[in-house]
Order: sequence, then C-alpha cells, then structure tokens
Amino acid sequence: MAEKFDLQEREVWDGNYAASQAMRQAKVDVMAAYPITPSTPIVENYGAYVANGYIDGEFVMVESEHAAMSACVGASAAGGRVATATSSQGFALMVEVLYQASGMRLPIVLNVVNRALASPLNVRGDHADMYLGLDAGWIQFGAFNAQEAYDLALCAFKIGENHDVRLPVMVHQDGFITSHTAQNVYPLTDKVAYSFVGDIDPVDDMLDFSRPVTYGAQTEEDWHFEHKAKQHKAIIDSVPVIEEVFSEFEKISGRKYKRVESYMMEDAEVAIVALGTTVETSRVAAMKMREQGIKAGVVAPRVFRPFPFNLIREALENVKSVAVLDRSSPGGAMGALFNEISAALYTTPKRPLVTNYIYGLGGRDFAVQDAIDIYHDQKANADVGHITTDIQQFSGLRGPKLGFFQTKRS
Amino acid sequence: MAITSVKNLKEFSTANDRFEGAHTLCPGCAHSMIVRELMNCTDDNLVVTANTGCLEVSTAVYPFTSWDTSWIHIGFENAASAASGAEAMYKARKKRGTLKDDKPVKFVSFGGDGSTYDIGFQWMSGAFERGHDFTYICLDNENYANTGGQRSSATPIGATTSTAQAGSHSYGKKEKKKDIVAIMAAHGAPYVAQLAPNKWKSMAKGFQKALETEGPCFINTVSPCCTEWRFDPKDTINITDLATDSLMFPIYEIVDGHELNILYRPKNILKVEDYLAAQGRYKHLFKPEYRHVIDEIQKNIDEYWEMLQRREEARI
Repeated sequence: MAEKFDLQEREVWDGNYAASQAMRQAKVDVMAAYPITPSTPIVENYGAYVANGYIDGEFVMVESEHAAMSACVGASAAGGRVATATSSQGFALMVEVLYQASGMRLPIVLNVVNRALASPLNVRGDHADMYLGLDAGWIQFGAFNAQEAYDLALCAFKIGENHDVRLPVMVHQDGFITSHTAQNVYPLTDKVAYSFVGDIDPVDDMLDFSRPVTYGAQTEEDWHFEHKAKQHKAIIDSVPVIEEVFSEFEKISGRKYKRVESYMMEDAEVAIVALGTTVETSRVAAMKMREQGIKAGVVAPRVFRPFPFNLIREALENVKSVAVLDRSSPGGAMGALFNEISAALYTTPKRPLVTNYIYGLGGRDFAVQDAIDIYHDQKANADVGHITTDIQQFSGLRGPKLGFFQTKRS
Repeated sequence: MAITSVKNLKEFSTANDRFEGAHTLCPGCAHSMIVRELMNCTDDNLVVTANTGCLEVSTAVYPFTSWDTSWIHIGFENAASAASGAEAMYKARKKRGTLKDDKPVKFVSFGGDGSTYDIGFQWMSGAFERGHDFTYICLDNENYANTGGQRSSATPIGATTSTAQAGSHSYGKKEKKKDIVAIMAAHGAPYVAQLAPNKWKSMAKGFQKALETEGPCFINTVSPCCTEWRFDPKDTINITDLATDSLMFPIYEIVDGHELNILYRPKNILKVEDYLAAQGRYKHLFKPEYRHVIDEIQKNIDEYWEMLQRREEARI
C-alpha cells in the first residue's frame, strides 16, 4: 500500500478529517456507511483513501444507516477491523443494531458527530443522539476538539478489540463545532499509530471454519438476564484496559487522557460539569471567574460509558455548588447527565447543591459569557447554602427564562 | 464445491450433516427440509446469516445450535446486510492474507416471507444492488408464522390470517401476493429461482447454481406451514405436490434477468381448488358467496403460467 501519508508533526485538520485519518492509520478492513450530515466527510475520506490506494479495505456504501451498522456487525463477526460514522437521525436509525453489536461483543468503532434529532429538522450540533445511545452497551468517549477525535479514535480500536473487553466503542465529537472547524492537530506517523493500535486478533471468527461459531442466538427468561448482566459487567470491567491504553498512548504522544478531566478543581467552590466542546468554553469561563476571585472549576467525564461514578464523586465532593449542563431536551425530566452526576454526589457526606442547565439545543451558541452567568448562579448558591434559582432552567433560550422544576427561594 | 454424485435422496440427505435434526421447528415444517438440502448440496465452507423468524428461533436457542457452520442472526430485517458485511470482510481479509484457510466460502442468508417481502426488503434490495456474492433464500410460508399467523405481502388472495381475517363480511386477504421473484430478477441478479422441496433434485440443482454463481442470487421456495395453513403435519410433501401441480407455485429460474426456464411442467395440471381444499386457511372460500375468489385465484394462476411460458419461449 502506498505510504504517502506519513504525516507532518503538525497538521491543520477538522474533526472529521482527524477521525478518518485514525481509521486509515488503524487499517480498517471494512467500513460500511451511509452519509449523514455532519459526519459525512469521515466516510467520504475513507472512500477516498480506498479509491487512491492509501488503504486496502472494503468500502461498503449501503442503503441506510441501519444497514450500515448491520453490515458492520456481519463484518466484525467475520474477524476484521471495522469502523463507521454517523450523526443524528442516522444514529437513531442505527439504534436497534447498536444493541445487537454490543450484545454480540463486537469491537466496532463508531464515530458519532453529535447533532440534534428532529423534529423540527435541524442539522446543527447538540447531544440528543448521544443521549439516545447511552444504554446501548457501548463504551463511549467524548472528544472536546479535533485532536481528541483523532487520539480517542486510535485508542478506541485498541480498547474495544482487547480480549478482556470485546466491546464496541463510540467516539463522540460536536457537530460542526469540532467536525468542521480546522484546528492544529498533532498526529502520530502512520507507523507509530499502527504499532500502537496493533493487528486485530479476532475472538470467535466466523471465517475460521476449524471452529464454527453461532452469533446472535435466542435466549428467553432462562438466560437473557445472565447475558445482559455479563455484558454490563464487561463494560464496568473495561476500566483498567481503558486506563492502560490511555497511559500507553501518553508514552507515545505526550498527551494524557483521564476518564474524568478536572480543570482548576483543587480548591474549587463552584463547578460546571459538561461534555464536548462546552468543556473548553467552560474552562475559559472558569479562568475568568478566577480573575474575579471566584474559585471556579470544570469537571468533564471524558469516558461516560462506563460512567465514572467514583471519579465524579472525588472530583466534586468538596465543591459547594455544581451546575450540570445537558445539551439535549430532556422530554419532561431532568437532564440525563444531571441525573448521573446527582446520583454520584448523593452518597457524599457534604452533598453539593446541584442545578441543571439545558443549553445549546440545535446548535444554539454557548458562549463564554453563558458559562460565566452559570458560575454566578452557582456562586450565589454557594454563598447562601441553598439553590437560589430554579433547579432546572434553559440557558441561552430567547424570551423569558424557563424554569420547570421550581425550588423555594429565600 | 458442489456435491455432484447425487444418486438417491437417502444418500443425499446424509451427505454432509451440517444441520442437526434436534431443532424445535414444528413437526411437518418444510423449513428443515429446505435447509438440509442447502447444507447438503455443497462441501464449501458456509457463513449463514438468518433473519428473525421460525427458522432462527428454532435452531439457535442458547446454549444449543443446530448449525455446524458459522451462523449469525441480528434482526428481523438485516440478514442480507450482515451477509454483505461478512462477504466484504472475506474479500478484505483475503487481500490482506489474514484468513486461516484458502477453502472457498459461500455466504447464504435465510429469511421468511415476512422478512423478505416486507420488513427486510430494503436491506435485501440494497445488498443485491451492491452485488455482494451471496445467496438469499426466502422460506415462503405466506404468513408471519413465528408471531402466530399474521398476513404478509406474500399471503395470497383469499387466505385467512389473524390480521386479514375471513368473516361474515370478508373472504380474508384482498390483495395479490407480491411477485418477489420478478422483483429480484429486475435487480439484475445473475440467478433467481422459485423452487419447492418436493422437487428435491431441482431444488438441489438450483441451490448449487446459486452458490456457484458469482454475485447476488435469490431463491424463493415454498415452505408449507402445517400450523397456519392448517393441514396434518404428515402431509407437507403432499401439499407441496398440490402447490406445484396446480401451478400455485410454478418452479422456474431466471438467469441474468432475462433467460427464463421452467423447471417443472406438471403432466396433469390440477385445478387450484384441489390445492385450496386441502388447507384450513381457504376453507371459507368454498361457501357459495366466495366462489368468485376461487375463480379469481385460478385466473391469476392461468395468466401467470401463460406469461412464464411466453417468456421462456421468447427468451426475454
């Protein structure tokens, strides 16, 4: 194969290009895909690498995202490296098959470029699709920028294909913000990247006829529960492998990843918990708060499946007031991230105050000032020792502020 | 490799035991006969993908399996996509040299008529358009047997099902059966056939042809369902004989979308009444007020047979 991309020390890539380069360097055998905005360039790029001889794989352009994930399942069971990408409605169409992939313990890597779900139709970024997949039994990583979309995609292959894990992995990035904004990215050379990811060593290979395998058998009440329990345990137990792969990656790249990223949390009194690009926005706001003498910090679960309950508890137990930001319409409930963070904090002795902000739906900007306003709310809570606003509110919504979960003010 | 020296049914049926008899399909179900024919007609390694349906839920109930070959089931609709992916992976791994042996691999998908004619049609159509080298076999029992006998678009006019019921105001299903064989031939598939388990030699030959033909091949096979068609389990082959001899299920193939060959011409073509009368699902049609439905079925059969013969003659 042509080795025309050995790659410079610094490239200017958007998140889509970064994800597709990771697929090329990992030598993905089969990509089955269907185009959907804003993830389309990922699959187009893979197609271009195949068309131009940069990679030796099979590019299967199927007729829908459901078929894309179905073909990925067939391909992965046939023992090679498999990846694809999707967004939004395409992700929603895949959901049935996401459960089938994880139930069969197939290490498929799915790059999800997060986007709102219709209706109304919207092509911009929010986390509605990510939230739809939270119970699908996949390991899930959140990239905060293009560099991370690249790094985490490489790690995803190594983690998912590890024999102690054998699980599919999603790598999320924010639609249009990460996926279409060109940034400095520091890639590994092809050789270093591939030697990091390594050859795939399939378990239960359908093309090894010395040992025929049955995938996707039926189980009723006599076995289904045990299978799901084992699958759940496998996800929980993937933690040491994730940490090992992150530390191995640090050795070759100098970039350190943790399951929970804390920023200025050592002495923080108020904190924002967020995902995706909002993490970086919140970090800038926290810096500005510090200039005003307010001890602000940011906590970001980078690995949100398996959910890092203990690390979240450790990061936030000494904070007085926490704002949890959910970029998805909760449909008559508290935000999903809010619920998980609250659950983690409930058992801490000091139990910080926790409020929920719904923000940025359908690509609505979330600016540094928005995060600053949220920090000010938290500071007010921290000062008086109880929640001074509505427990759930919409940040950045035009018109009057909406608070649905009322709390007592004083 | 095809098994060439088929002398008698007994020898053939034990030629290559890769489908265990200890499954939980109903007694008298034709699915197992058809699957055994497929598994016995080749020595090649097989990857079988299955849609959800009677076959799937009766042959791979954890911790057991009837399949002594690689087998995968994902969902009701997507066996053809799974076969697409597996076949693509076979190509990729062959190129990369990561396969353990060089023996050829054949990819086969099984679906019932529900998953083939209805919910899985898109997935199958997509796989055919992309030209994957696999054979799709539809076990056509003309209803959703696995969920208890609802109508599908393969259910013929006049049959009663739980969702197209015959009653005081209805003679059952009103709509014509979808002509899936013509639709699949129109995809430009190199080999398409309609087969029946009573004509086991032509079935084995059809399967072998499909497996040996490069590209996507489609086979529709009648699979009488004693539970939903309501006949005695011992009569499966008798009912199939009635189906093929009344031409309710004509046996033919279409090569490259244009060369149509009739594979079985009954010496005495039976009236469709004989076929209908043998099954409980058509019982109501013998009331005087529904006589016209039987006439309509007969008319449709005659017209279709005429069309097949003309196409065969004209080579179009």
